[in-house]
This record gives sequence, structure tokens and C-alpha cells, in this order.
Amino acid sequence: MRKRSIAQLLPLLLLVALVALPQVLPRFHTYVAAIVLLTALLAMSLNLAIGYTGIYQFGHAVFYGVGAYGTALMLTRSAMPASLAFLVGPLASAALSLVMGLICIRLSKLYFGMLQISLGSLVWAVVYRWYSFTGGDDGIHGIPLPDGIASPKGSYYFTLAVTALCVFAMYRIVRSPFGKAIQGIRDNPVRAEAIGVDVKRHQLASLVIAGFFGGVAGSLFVVVENSVFPDMMFWTFSLEVLIMCLLGGMYTFFGPLVGASAIVLLRVFASVHTQYWSLLLGTILTLVIIFLPDGVLGVFVRRYRAKSSN
Amino acid sequence: MGFSADLFSTGTLSQLLVGLSRTTILFIVSSGMSLILGVLRIPNVAHGSLYMIGAFAAWTVIQFLGGGLFAFLAAMIVAPMIVAAVGFVLERGFFSYLYDREHLMLLLLTFAFMLILGDLVKIVWGPEYRSVTVPAFFQGSAEIFGLPLPWYNLFLLLVGPCIAVFLWLVINRTNVGKIARAAAVDGEMVGAVGINVGWVFAFTFVLGSFLAGLGGALIAPMVNISLGMDHSLIMETFLIVIIGGLGNMWGALLGSLIFGLTQSLGILVWPQFGIAFPYLAVVAVLVARPRGLLRSTW
Repeated sequence: MRKRSIAQLLPLLLLVALVALPQVLPRFHTYVAAIVLLTALLAMSLNLAIGYTGIYQFGHAVFYGVGAYGTALMLTRSAMPASLAFLVGPLASAALSLVMGLICIRLSKLYFGMLQISLGSLVWAVVYRWYSFTGGDDGIHGIPLPDGIASPKGSYYFTLAVTALCVFAMYRIVRSPFGKAIQGIRDNPVRAEAIGVDVKRHQLASLVIAGFFGGVAGSLFVVVENSVFPDMMFWTFSLEVLIMCLLGGMYTFFGPLVGASAIVLLRVFASVHTQYWSLLLGTILTLVIIFLPDGVLGVFVRRYRAKSSN
Repeated sequence: MGFSADLFSTGTLSQLLVGLSRTTILFIVSSGMSLILGVLRIPNVAHGSLYMIGAFAAWTVIQFLGGGLFAFLAAMIVAPMIVAAVGFVLERGFFSYLYDREHLMLLLLTFAFMLILGDLVKIVWGPEYRSVTVPAFFQGSAEIFGLPLPWYNLFLLLVGPCIAVFLWLVINRTNVGKIARAAAVDGEMVGAVGINVGWVFAFTFVLGSFLAGLGGALIAPMVNISLGMDHSLIMETFLIVIIGGLGNMWGALLGSLIFGLTQSLGILVWPQFGIAFPYLAVVAVLVARPRGLLRSTW
């Protein structure tokens, strides 16, 4: 019983540590920490679809990119208040998620994933070529931000606050009756249908929610990076986010957070020493798939459960 | 928007030819993917990397033999065999132990191989562009209805049907092809009657890799051989096998035709976003037939 309460305290301790972080870290590391946070949010939002609903969401980076571009375009091209821009990005992602979901949802697992990743690459291609609107392959740079969040510390705290809020919201969603229903669909769609769960509608809702939070992560990217570029929605990045989920543990809530932190930090430090980051990532992924298919956190959770059931 | 070209002009016809030769390449590569997908159930993201290795290997062979028609034809055979050897190592070394895993894991494993192979190509061949010149034999063009049609494109139009017939013969008329088809339906049962399924799987993967390599070698004279040439191709190949019906070889042919033609003619209609037409065609096909045009082996 005592152990359990310690496990529940961990997220709170983590939050306190994260609030204190910019006070002790230099500027560059604060920036990296902000990237870690928003990437963790991205991975956790993907996990809603893939880990909790069992949908093969292979094109998740598109929603991240659309969220970022939505916010960036609102900030640079419209006279609307900035707060609206942070709403438009995620909502655009959610809308795109709904449209793509409607096209793909009739297909079975792998078909769904392959079609989604290919349609996502269409969105990428359009963004990549539409110079007059999206800036084409150059992307958009020097995006003007509201005063409070323009400084490195300001953007970090904004990212932290929004991420914490979204993670809390996702936690509540997973624990809600809706969350139970989507997990039931993941484990056995036929049985879920038989006891009266509208499978397609729940899957669509889960896709839209995942797309929305992915879009929030994209908006945060605009705040931290001040720029957007088409590669952030390229399909290889979608699979990279999937690797983060897998590495941390797909059937745990905080697993993707662990995986995202590991990959982002590794990438930052590896890029100093080697130009063969893909080789390193590919090797890590191969090892994880062969030896650790439940992910890092998945292994701990399983051990912990085995112990507590004894 | 607006139609920027008369639909029946010579421009349209030559664009049609470009589309058809592109179709040939797409068909060769995607029939390999369809084969692997149908029999082994692996959505092989690394298929594009094998295609890229095919192109780089063809360049090396041609450099090694000093150019000319002989060197070119030798490259068309040797390069795919090198790729097939890579495929053999991947299948026997990794996939053969992991067939019982979920599709998701297999897909991510092939993605890992794509990352690794991409960097290995960078290490072996360097980051520069490479180019292969069309051998003198294929240079110049024939005139048909007053249209200049490059000989190399006509050569590709000849190769495509040959490959289709060859594949049909292998799948329908040889023992190993028949076993592979049976394994696609029920691998366990094939094993139960005493056939070594493992080697049939290895053969299928090697044949699929060979086709990817051949596609890469054949396109080598038409494009800049570069890192990243695998990235866009693999998405197109995915779409082709989806609209054709997973695992169906004729579906791959039909899908390639739809994709290649809408792509090349779409560019004519709307230069900037012509790239979107094949995708619209795919969505239209899938709304009408969610499981692809032809019967899937799944």
C-alpha cells in the first residue's frame, strides 16, 4: 500500500522538479527541456490512439505539423489576438484528424496505418510546395510571439504549464468511462461491439482527441522554436514518435514520456559527436524490438504488478 | 488553376509516355513489396532503401566496368543480385525469428532497417549525387506519329510486361511459387504437411528484394541517384499496393498504372499540385472499394 502512494507521488515530484529546472539550468538546456516536454506531449497523444485504442496511427506527425502551421500562420498572417492562434492550430489538427479518420476508419489495422501515413505524406507534399502560403520547404521563421512567452524562460514555463494541463486532461480521459470503452475496443473490438459500444464512433473520437493534443504539441513547438518547417510532419518523424512510445512502453500512461525524453536527449547529445544519428537510432530500435517489446516502463510495471500480486 | 495544356497535344502524349515508363518502375518495385506483404505479412518500409541500394550499386558496377552497353546490362543484373543478398541477410538474420510478432513491431523493425541502411549507404557511397548516363545504344529517340520517344523509355515499356510475365510464371508455374501462395493463405498448414516454410519465406523475401533492386537499377539513368530517393517512393508504393489489394500482383500492376498516369497527367493539368491527383484517385478507389480493386490475399 505504501509503495503505491509513492508511485502516485512521482508525477507531482517530477512537476516540482520541472518548475525548478530553468532556475538552475543554462539557457540552451532550458530550451532542450522545453523540446523534451512538448515531444513528450506529442508521444503521449499518439499513445492515446495506438496504445489505448489500438488504432495503427502511423501518420501522427502530420497533426503535430498542422497544429504548428495553424498557429504560425495565424500569428504571422492574421491580425487576430495571439491567444486565438493557439486554439486554431490544435483545432485544425483535430479537424484534419476527423477527415482522415473518416476516410481510413473502415479499413482494418494495417490497412488503416498504411493509408493514413500515405495521406499524411500528401499533406506534407502540399505544405512543402505551397510557397505563397506555407513558405514551402523553407518553412516560416521569426514568428512574432506575445511578450510574456517570447523569452526562453517564458516559453519554457508556458510549455510546461500547457503540457501539464494536457497530460492531466489525457489522464482523466483515460480514466473516464470513455477511456475504459476505448481500451475495451483495443482488447476485443468484437466483444465491445456486442455489449453495445459504438466502435467506429469511439475510435473516431479517440483519433480526434489524439490529433488535438498532437496539434497542441505543434503549437508549443512554435513558441519554443519560433519557426516551423515541413520536415516536422514528414512520415519518418511519425514513426520516430512511434519509436518513443514503443521505447517507453506503449501500454503505460507515462511510458511515452520516458521514451520521448530518452530519444530527444540522446539526439541532442549524439548530434554533437556523430553524423550517423539514424544508424544509432535504428540500432537502438532493433534492440528494443527484439529484447524489450514492452518498453522500458512496461517492464517495470510488469515486475511491480507481479510483486504486488504475490 | 485551369488547364494549362491542350489535352490532345503532343505534350500530353509525351507526358503519357513518361507516365507509362514511371509506371513500369513503380510496378517492379511495388510488385516486390506486394509479394513480401502477401506472403510474409511484413509492411516493409525498408523496401525503398533496397531500391536506393539498387541504384547506387548499378552506378558502382557501371563505373567498375567502364561504361558501355555491356556494363549497363551487367549492372541491371548484378545490382539487383547485390540487393537480393542484402534481403537474404535481413530475412534469415532478423525477420525469420520474428514472424509471430504484431504487424506494428515488424513495421517498426523495417523502419529501423531503413534508418540503418540509409546511413550505411551514406558511409559506403558518400552524400554526393551520382548519375548514370544512358548507354549509347539507348540514346536518341524513335519517332512515332511525329513524336520523339526516347529509346530508353521504350526499353522500360518492354521490360515492364516481361517482369509481369516472369512473375506470373514463378508464382503460378513453379513449385516454390505454388508453395508461397499456399503459405500466404495458411503458413502453419503448409508447415504441417512437411514443407520447410522458412526457406519459402526466405525465397519470397529475396525475390521481393531483387525486384526492389531492379527498380532502382532501371531508374538509375533517369534520375539523380541520391540519399533520400527512398523516402518518397516508399509512400507511393504503399498506396499502390493498398489500392491494388494487399498481396495481389495484378493489383500492383493496376495500382501502378493508376498512380503513374494520374501523376504524370496531373502535373500537366496543375503543375504546382499535380502531385495531389494520385492521392485523390486513391481516396476515390478506397471509398468505392475499401479493400482495394482486386482480391487481397489477406
